[in-house]
Amino acid sequence: MEPVISVKNISKRYRIGLLEKYETFAEQAYNTLLYPLKNFKKISSLTRFTDDDDSVFWALRDINFDVQEGEVLGIIGPNGAGKSTLLKILSRITEPTSGEIKIIGRVSSLLEVGTGFHPELTGRDNIYMNGTILGMRKREIDSKFEEIVAFSGVEKHIDTPVKFYSSGMKVRLAFAVAAHLEPEILIIDEVLAVGDAEFQKKCLGKMKDISKRGRTVLFVSHNMGAVEALCNRGILLRKGMIETIDTVDQTISTYYQSLIDKKIIPLNERVDRTGDGSFRFLSVVFNEGLPVRTCSRLRIEIEYETFQKINNLHIAITFCKNLDDRLMVLDNLSQGFSLEAKIGRGRITLILENFRLLPYQYSINLWAAESKQVLDYILDAAILSVNESDIFGSGFNLNVGQHGHYAPEMCDWSCQKQS
Amino acid sequence: MVHTTIIKPSKGWHLLNIKELIQYKDLLYFLVLRSFKAKYAQSVLGIGWAIIQPLVQTLVFTLIFGNLAKLSSDGVPYILFSFVAMIPWNYFSSILTDSANSLVSNKGMLSKVYFPRIVLPLSAVFTKMLDLAIGFIIMIGFFVYYGFVPNPSVLFVPLLMIILIMTSLGTGMFLSALAVQYRDVNYAMSFLVRVIMYSAPVVYSISIIPEAYIYIYALNPMVGVIEGMRAALLNTKEMPWDLIGIGGLVSVIMFITGTFYFRRMEKVFADIS
Repeated sequence: MEPVISVKNISKRYRIGLLEKYETFAEQAYNTLLYPLKNFKKISSLTRFTDDDDSVFWALRDINFDVQEGEVLGIIGPNGAGKSTLLKILSRITEPTSGEIKIIGRVSSLLEVGTGFHPELTGRDNIYMNGTILGMRKREIDSKFEEIVAFSGVEKHIDTPVKFYSSGMKVRLAFAVAAHLEPEILIIDEVLAVGDAEFQKKCLGKMKDISKRGRTVLFVSHNMGAVEALCNRGILLRKGMIETIDTVDQTISTYYQSLIDKKIIPLNERVDRTGDGSFRFLSVVFNEGLPVRTCSRLRIEIEYETFQKINNLHIAITFCKNLDDRLMVLDNLSQGFSLEAKIGRGRITLILENFRLLPYQYSINLWAAESKQVLDYILDAAILSVNESDIFGSGFNLNVGQHGHYAPEMCDWSCQKQS
Repeated sequence: MVHTTIIKPSKGWHLLNIKELIQYKDLLYFLVLRSFKAKYAQSVLGIGWAIIQPLVQTLVFTLIFGNLAKLSSDGVPYILFSFVAMIPWNYFSSILTDSANSLVSNKGMLSKVYFPRIVLPLSAVFTKMLDLAIGFIIMIGFFVYYGFVPNPSVLFVPLLMIILIMTSLGTGMFLSALAVQYRDVNYAMSFLVRVIMYSAPVVYSISIIPEAYIYIYALNPMVGVIEGMRAALLNTKEMPWDLIGIGGLVSVIMFITGTFYFRRMEKVFADIS
């Protein structure tokens, strides 16, 4: 059967800014005089690519893949791998530099909810505005209008300008419009996953619905749990090239393996963190770099830097399977330990005498707070690779696929004939 | 019907894709509606501003240029003389400033959704038609007050409007595409429109232009439009077909170059906006 999307040799280049340095005052003064001229050259070069100089950056290079009808394809990869660029090309927001894509069917792309919302307009007007921007016809919106309003739950305020809406209401209204798109092919970016946990669940639920109805979906996300749950095939992008195309499980495990192998970005250089920044995690080390095994001691050392004295530091270390399934949380307050951090760098050490998670690659989230004010929060801060071990000395290795996630205590077994 | 899309780097120059534009006519409609509603939202006078603005402007011009400087007004009351010119001129100048902004202020949309980019400057052109219509209504009021009866050449007004809209859309598309890359356009346009008003006979009569330069002067399509309006509505003279012809030709050229340039640049809008 002919694929509904066939991508052939797609490449995309951008021009990036280069830092300019002036050594002397004279040079600086000279450059100030020539400033408009230089600016003109710089700005006009944004759209001109004569040769490959240093400022040309290839966001995508020779991408080839096919998508069959009804397939749900997850696109994963580290930041800057070209995932969003690929989606933008597929949704025709930007043109590829070379290559060709053939898409059969009506496409809707959802890279953002609420595009075109105007704060002065009423909810009603904004539904029509947003809907037509997403490619719906007025007739189509007319027929679904009641449904959209009911789904959003803002019936009472539908004729109020959205500037008076709470941010939650705005997002709900925007998502309600998006959820009523009925394309044959849907392209979704992870930006949808903003908002509270409930909203995310709603998004994912809606996407599951869509894919169940046999629609083709392309989904970009950092959330491996969502990718694993929704998709049946995966593409791993790295540095603008395809590293793997495989079943979703295989692609995700390749991705995790590469995270461990390469230790891509050191924790202190990570920018995908939230919190007020007065406290930063610098590194996390398990067992001083030695292998971690089930049912043995796990020593966690966390280095931090704080710019203010923290009297009652609250730390949580979350062990997740695929980023969002929390299996275990270690936090000092619930265990009755209070921590105090003085200005400067420091180290938190904790020891679990009997670490019971089974062999797997767990993703670790680090969270620090002081009286509910989040100081630093990094999702997927590290990967903890728990190695195989013969826990009970029986020659059997327990594994996550068959045995759950926790190693049980050794039991006392017996079998007797009933008398 | 199976809908097939081919995505590949576009080469060469393209004119409008009418078929696609028709597909997105609802978007155009709601963009125009959005500008209308948003423009006068939370204002006491609301659409009244569309009446007050040209009226006050004309009164000031009448006072300064008509009464104090005593510029010639081809024998009709100066207030009529300048108001008839003000209607097309305000339309043109507001499109110059608005369309220059239309892409930059909607860059959120440009980088998140696909739609024919041309609907943005197009929506500016349509939105301003409300002001244009209001201008004509006020003008009728003036005519009734002064007891003016236009002659049959009033039928040529729609033709003048077509030249006006083509000129406005052509320059609008050109400027909006240029403004995405060079923000200077926005800053320049905000004051240049006031300067270039003097390149057209808005406040003065064309009779002060030396005969030898009249055809160079007419290269500005607004000259033909304004003089045509005066001839058609105020009976000041015969329809100046030579001026209208030159202006019409230039406006067609401007429209085609504007479209070509816009279509040429639209593929990089999302990358550089």
